[in-house]
Amino acid sequence: MLELEDLQIRQGDFALSADLKVPAGARVAVIGPSGSGKSTLLGAIAGFIVPESGRILWGGEPITPLLPAERPVSILFQENNLFPHLTAAQNIGLGLRADLKLNAGERDRIEQAMKRTGLEGLGLRRPADLSGGQQSRVALARAFLRNKPLMLLDEPFAALGPALKREMLSLLGEIAGENGNTVLMVTHDPDDARLFADLVVMVDEGKAHPPAPAAEILTNPPEALRRYLGEQ
Amino acid sequence: MAGRTQPLGAIRWLGSGAAALVLALVPGTLAAVFLRAESTGAITASDWAAIRFTLIQAALSAAISVVLAVPLARALARRSFAGRRFLIALMGAPFILPVIVAVLGLLAIFGRNGLLNAALGALGLPAISIYGLPGVLLAHVFFNLPLATRLLLQGWAAIPAEHFRLASSLGFTPRHIFRWLELPMLRATLPGAFMVIFLICLTSFAVVLALGGGPRATTIELAIYQAFRFEFDLGKAAKLAALQFLVGAIAAAIALRFGRNALFGSGLDRTIERHDATGRITMLADAAIIITAAGFLLTPLLAIAVSGLQGIFALPATVWHSVMRSLLVALGATALTLALSLPLALLIATSRAHTPAISAVEAIGYLSLAASPLVIGTGLFIILFPLADPVALALPLTALVNAIMSLPFALRVLTPAIRDAEAAFGPLADSLGLFGRDRLRLFLLPRIRAPIGFTAGLAAALSMGDLGVIALFSAPGSATLPLQIYRLRAAYRVEDAAAAALLLLILSFALFWLFDKGGRTNART
Repeated sequence: MLELEDLQIRQGDFALSADLKVPAGARVAVIGPSGSGKSTLLGAIAGFIVPESGRILWGGEPITPLLPAERPVSILFQENNLFPHLTAAQNIGLGLRADLKLNAGERDRIEQAMKRTGLEGLGLRRPADLSGGQQSRVALARAFLRNKPLMLLDEPFAALGPALKREMLSLLGEIAGENGNTVLMVTHDPDDARLFADLVVMVDEGKAHPPAPAAEILTNPPEALRRYLGEQ
Repeated sequence: MAGRTQPLGAIRWLGSGAAALVLALVPGTLAAVFLRAESTGAITASDWAAIRFTLIQAALSAAISVVLAVPLARALARRSFAGRRFLIALMGAPFILPVIVAVLGLLAIFGRNGLLNAALGALGLPAISIYGLPGVLLAHVFFNLPLATRLLLQGWAAIPAEHFRLASSLGFTPRHIFRWLELPMLRATLPGAFMVIFLICLTSFAVVLALGGGPRATTIELAIYQAFRFEFDLGKAAKLAALQFLVGAIAAAIALRFGRNALFGSGLDRTIERHDATGRITMLADAAIIITAAGFLLTPLLAIAVSGLQGIFALPATVWHSVMRSLLVALGATALTLALSLPLALLIATSRAHTPAISAVEAIGYLSLAASPLVIGTGLFIILFPLADPVALALPLTALVNAIMSLPFALRVLTPAIRDAEAAFGPLADSLGLFGRDRLRLFLLPRIRAPIGFTAGLAAALSMGDLGVIALFSAPGSATLPLQIYRLRAAYRVEDAAAAALLLLILSFALFWLFDKGGRTNART
């Protein structure tokens, strides 16, 4: 279980508070207007933003003192998820060993991960020679290999077309399912939430609200969410 | 960003080693000059004359360059024509053009037996002489008009295209556009451009050595050289060195304030979309300005190319030996520049908190902007004299001083490149646990390959063409190519000098091109 205990984040004039729990294995859509602090919330969980006060716990253990790489977290950013000067296989390999000194067994696992994500035969290509969808697959393959319990997605598929985005979400769902990961995904699009999430965290007016069941909250949205979604 | 770890770990402390070395070499050598000097004496009338001439020539050079650059940059900004890209690229070339080559080229046009005097003679007019202040100004404008033009072009490119569209929809005339769009930009850009050029001309040595001299046209730098080389009066050299450092430090402090971004820029390729200035007269005027400027910049180099070409394979062996020495010095200086600038830039750019210590390190990196290579050279001579024969070490010392002088430019290129790489991919590297040596090897160095190549090219070309500290030390058998050309010229071996100058020109640009190209080939961005 992920717990945010009285979390207070302050960046200049911007403030965000969160006090909520996410059960292990859940798929959570983080929804809210732009500038509301969705990315900030993920940044704090991933360890890029130091909260002013409060604690973040995973499985009952506080992770707030840990460095980003030490946290039980894989994160996919909006962009720059791959190093352009490294090949697809090297980018994936960084998920196993940060020095890329890979043994035969590890290379084999990379091969497997590429097969699993539909990247067979593309290992030697660099990101510039891959399509947008393939680049997303490389990032997913790395997250799959790292197999951290918590996956954070900060709209990594925002630049993809609707069909490709659905494809990536379903691949993400399969991968997270196989590894039993908990997923927090920032999105603007209520359809993403319907398609993928079983819980929704609404971020609005400086507060991240506790998760509510997606089906329920999306069909019968409370005031703040209705304002964001507009009359439908 | 979490401020709890430094991504490069212990590696970053290599940067403080580099900073310590720079401290030892820049203020350290100045201190050595002072300690060795028995009595510095008072500031004499000739010292005042040198200070006055230094300031006057630098101020005039900067003013003329900047004033001429305004119409030229405006013409280039609002016209598009075949060769525009080439001409703008050419404006970057003087930075790595060896001074002695430009001086010979200018003399071929404007000198006693140059084309201009030949034309004047044919018309029955008296000949002109450019030695002294006119020659110094001519050479400085030749070098710095292109720089000023590039700086102003950046200013023009920074005016949003929408403003020009708005201006044309409001029916602005060129005069209105100047008043409301261009003048405010110039007011913001010109002081920085002026100060940068003022600073460059303040420590210019080779131009004054070749074209100045005499009691009326001696700069502090030239006076240091004469005190050291001909009078061997260390007290006087020390006093002059201190004056030079003082003047340079003040100017550098002002220049860094005004001209923070003035040394390199991008975005020069864009022609500004203009709907005004379509009148026949403004078009003709712009064409005339561009053609005159291109002629002024290109004919001296063409003159060197033409007069040097036939002699290049008949050059005496001494010249080829000096070529070898120059190449060794240039490669050594390149290696040293990278060895100093990379650790410094990494330390500065990857520090997550901007502490006073980091600001100090950054300031140390820019110290040599205010320093004079001759002061550093004199200090090194004094320090090494009891230990070894400095003349025997002339070439390594030259490479070292060249590297110190290239350092500010190297930092200007590398530091922002590392900052950009960290801003874009730092979080990814953090989340994957890429720290220390792995971060350097797998992330930062591959990301900044192209800037490293560019830096190496600059350092190599600057060192290849440098005629400064080598003039202090060199014995007859240890001249570099620029010094050899200076000597050939002094011995009136005009054809050999031209051929050697062409060779130096080719080598300097080839070195720059090779390193720059090497950095960019296969660099994936």
